[in-house]
Amino acid sequence: MTQTAQATTADSTDLLPGTSGVVADWSSDQRAFKRVPWGKAMMWIFLISDTFIFSCFLIAYMTVRMSTTDPWPYPSEVFALTMFGHKIPLILIAIMTFVLITSSGTMALAVNFGYRKNRRVTFILLLVTALLGATFVGMQAFEWTKLIVEEGVRPWGNPLGAPQFGAVFFMITGFHGTHVSIGVLFLIIVAVKVLRGNMDDERPGFMTGKPQRYEMVETMGLYWHFVDLVWVFIFAFFYLW
Amino acid sequence: MAQAEGQQHPLGVYFKIWALLFVLSAASYMVDYMQIEGYIRWFLIIIFMLLKAGLIVAVFMHMVWERFALVYAVIVPPLVLIVFVGIGALEADYTWFARDIFLSPNDFVVEAHH
Repeated sequence: MTQTAQATTADSTDLLPGTSGVVADWSSDQRAFKRVPWGKAMMWIFLISDTFIFSCFLIAYMTVRMSTTDPWPYPSEVFALTMFGHKIPLILIAIMTFVLITSSGTMALAVNFGYRKNRRVTFILLLVTALLGATFVGMQAFEWTKLIVEEGVRPWGNPLGAPQFGAVFFMITGFHGTHVSIGVLFLIIVAVKVLRGNMDDERPGFMTGKPQRYEMVETMGLYWHFVDLVWVFIFAFFYLW
Repeated sequence: MAQAEGQQHPLGVYFKIWALLFVLSAASYMVDYMQIEGYIRWFLIIIFMLLKAGLIVAVFMHMVWERFALVYAVIVPPLVLIVFVGIGALEADYTWFARDIFLSPNDFVVEAHH
């Protein structure tokens, strides 16, 4: 701390040179986001960048859909399933949406119970969230298989109409599915950390060496809610439009 | 110290928002199921989408309880995307026009207009 105080008041000779100077400058006591743990602030910064990535995909989708002269396949029928002898429109996507919303709820509860320092309940809720996420990815794998094998949809074309449909579908849902899969992986990692009592004992983190706290669960939650948030936009613009 | 930085809220808030998200999801699915078409379809889709997104960001991601320094840092930059949507629409517009004139099978009809 004394070093930081010197650096802000004294002349440049007091500042560390070279690479250690880079570290010292960036880690000096300049905090914009008060009362926000740095891990959470960094997660928000990452999520902003991810917002731009998904926005690029969705805007590209808008552009190709508006500019194609071929008929756009009707998602309501493409993603219909025959259940109990009836053809129900878009039902698979609706179930996937509900699975993801449910997982968002369990994640929110996990964050809450984490701050209550309830180790067991937090662990169980994180695990349930991971399971629901895995269910979502599984249903997506089923959806992809159906589209590739039965309907003959490819990233470069499809028998249903505009070839852009395949390109957009695999790009956007594939990228989202990857996000869900990575989320499931990290949910399991955080769940194990919680169960082992890393947060209760404030053990140093594997990567950072800083004491681990239940804030980690909230940071994980931000990522997971973001994945659900992206799905809200994909559901509206790709499946319902 | 860790307690001061955490986000601790009553459980009831989460359950209420959770239920609302379910209702809104069901509503947006009903738009498709009832085969509502035209402007009213697009209007309903957008409304339900924005409400869901807002509730997730505000409550589940704790945005309503954060300081404005963080809220603005997150919300303001993505606003430039509106410009990007405009550029995309502009591009799509003349691309469609060019394709319609030069690539469509009935460009004969278009020729007759000149």
